[in-house]
Amino acid sequence: MTFATSTQNGAARAGVEVRMLGLTRRYGQVLALDGLDLTVQAGELIALLGPSGCGKTTTLRLLAGLEDADAGQITVGGKDVIHLPASKRDMGMVFQAYSLFPHMTVRQNVAFGLRLRRVGPAARDKKALEMLDLVGLSTQADRYPHQISGGQQQRVALARALAIQPQVLLLDEPLSALDAKVRSQLRDQIRRIQLEVGITTLFVTHDQEEALAIADRVGVMRDGRIEQLASPTEVYSRPATSFVAEFVGLTNRLAGTVSGGTVTVRGRDLPLVDLSTPPGPATALVRPEAVSLASDSSGESGPLTGTVIATTFLGATSRITVDLGDATILAQLPTSDVTALSAGSRVALYIRPDPVLVSADASAVSEG
Amino acid sequence: MAAVTSIGETPLAGQGKRQGGMQVGRRRRLNIFRYITFTLFSLFFLLPLLALVRFSLEGKKLGTWSGAAWGQILSYPGLFSAIEITLELAVISCLVVLLLLVPTMIWIRLRVQGLSRVIEFLCLLPLVIPAIVLVVGLGPIYNKIEHYNVSALQLFWVYVILALPYAYRALATGLGAIDVTTLSEAARSLGANWITVMFRVIVPNMWQAILNSMLLTSALVLGEFTVASILNYLNLQVALFNISRATQNAGVLFSTSTAALLFAFVLLLILSYIGRRRSAGGSWTASLEALVRRGRR
Repeated sequence: MTFATSTQNGAARAGVEVRMLGLTRRYGQVLALDGLDLTVQAGELIALLGPSGCGKTTTLRLLAGLEDADAGQITVGGKDVIHLPASKRDMGMVFQAYSLFPHMTVRQNVAFGLRLRRVGPAARDKKALEMLDLVGLSTQADRYPHQISGGQQQRVALARALAIQPQVLLLDEPLSALDAKVRSQLRDQIRRIQLEVGITTLFVTHDQEEALAIADRVGVMRDGRIEQLASPTEVYSRPATSFVAEFVGLTNRLAGTVSGGTVTVRGRDLPLVDLSTPPGPATALVRPEAVSLASDSSGESGPLTGTVIATTFLGATSRITVDLGDATILAQLPTSDVTALSAGSRVALYIRPDPVLVSADASAVSEG
Repeated sequence: MAAVTSIGETPLAGQGKRQGGMQVGRRRRLNIFRYITFTLFSLFFLLPLLALVRFSLEGKKLGTWSGAAWGQILSYPGLFSAIEITLELAVISCLVVLLLLVPTMIWIRLRVQGLSRVIEFLCLLPLVIPAIVLVVGLGPIYNKIEHYNVSALQLFWVYVILALPYAYRALATGLGAIDVTTLSEAARSLGANWITVMFRVIVPNMWQAILNSMLLTSALVLGEFTVASILNYLNLQVALFNISRATQNAGVLFSTSTAALLFAFVLLLILSYIGRRRSAGGSWTASLEALVRRGRR
């Protein structure tokens, strides 16, 4: 999948491979990057996802040359770039904060990098308009940054970064300052343009939805290391660690017992992702969408019956919190199935036997 | 952006109207208070200035009018050259202050944040050291300088030091208003070296601050008396003081002071006009275009 994307478009330029090896960066006592290894294949878009302080932005800044690594190697297209200053690394970058030069028009902003490369006025004007066309803003070329919206500013920043035809595109949470609707539109636009241009891209975000929607592969980071690097579907459905499972998507933590290749949770056997899990008590991580509910009028109580505490309407789906007596569990259902389930109604639960991960942390035995 | 602002403003404006409708009496009282305050303060500031102008136009007999004092400005030996020297000093001091402070402050903001406190402290020192003390310290140095060059232009060394606190504050405000770090990182990722970052990205976005610091520096130089007088140099204020002691015709003193004041006022107008055009249009070319368009109409 990763490779196909860059070659889908006939006009795509060949991207270059970016390889980071043993990258380490310290801020005083804090180890921001702890020997990070990451290879971005040519034309691939990798999203680095993680909580704040996990080192994802540091990775990007080291790659861009905006900060120096304490140790490690960076090669772009096979060439070592670790000693090159930011201005010589040939990477386009879009920042989280609005970064357009306020004293220049949109057109001058986009042409700035070309001007530094001594491209003639006619050629750079043509290229700037071409880039603005790509992001759908050619009509705003003569406006100043303060005259256009935040979303438009980020699109101009993207056009500016791409105008210099960089080898690598770096996106540092470019959508986080925008409102939800603009964010998803721009997200899709970034992906479309990235595929069209075929440029190797590293995208940093703390928004899991964004990462899963846009990337060929998602790297989930924690404490300066990558916990899992895999396709969005794999990260979501087969998380490598309990941290990944809990960071990406919501997770129920249910007490269970591991034996053989299954974990028994409230009387139900669920297959394990990791078959080498040692037997004994453990906490199973169950996705809310693997839990379904039905009204239960029998009045019997069992390990999989409970009372609805709250329902949260999310649009197409709804999230329901159910009290099981000794634990609470979260279920996510299509809204159309939820209408009968108001707070206080008795429900029977069904847990779909998807492969689950168990957390080694046995302290949370009876926690919901 | 504009749409957002206007939407944001409309309900507020409406609210204001409603409140005003409910409390007409209170608003009228407030307005009267405003006019009285405005008038009192205007008189306080304008009366001495008007008196200055009136005295500069005083004839031989009390109560008569005459332009003689203005005509005599240039006839006093040394006065014209003192004006010239002072203007030159203002220009040189402005340039040196800017050359010294702008790159240093940007550099500190970008690369050595830790030093910013130290530099701020150093720049504000001349505020707490009295000019007199400064001069005593500088006296021996100026004695040495005089061996080689006796021109009053040498005063710019002191004036640069005296102007540092004001220029520093003005520039710091301007720098604080822009996201220096992000702008410079964006420029560097586009291939700009540090010099380009400084002069093509940061400086054009702090023109207002640069103009303000120039204004403060020139105001300081135009009004400086103590240092020049003690070091025995002739600048405008010293020349005015000498005239006031030597001449029977005090009118010249007033006309020269008025001229100096008018000059400072015109300078202030020009600088603030340029500043306004820059912030509205965003660039020199835009201000020029606007001027040309206005001319055509």
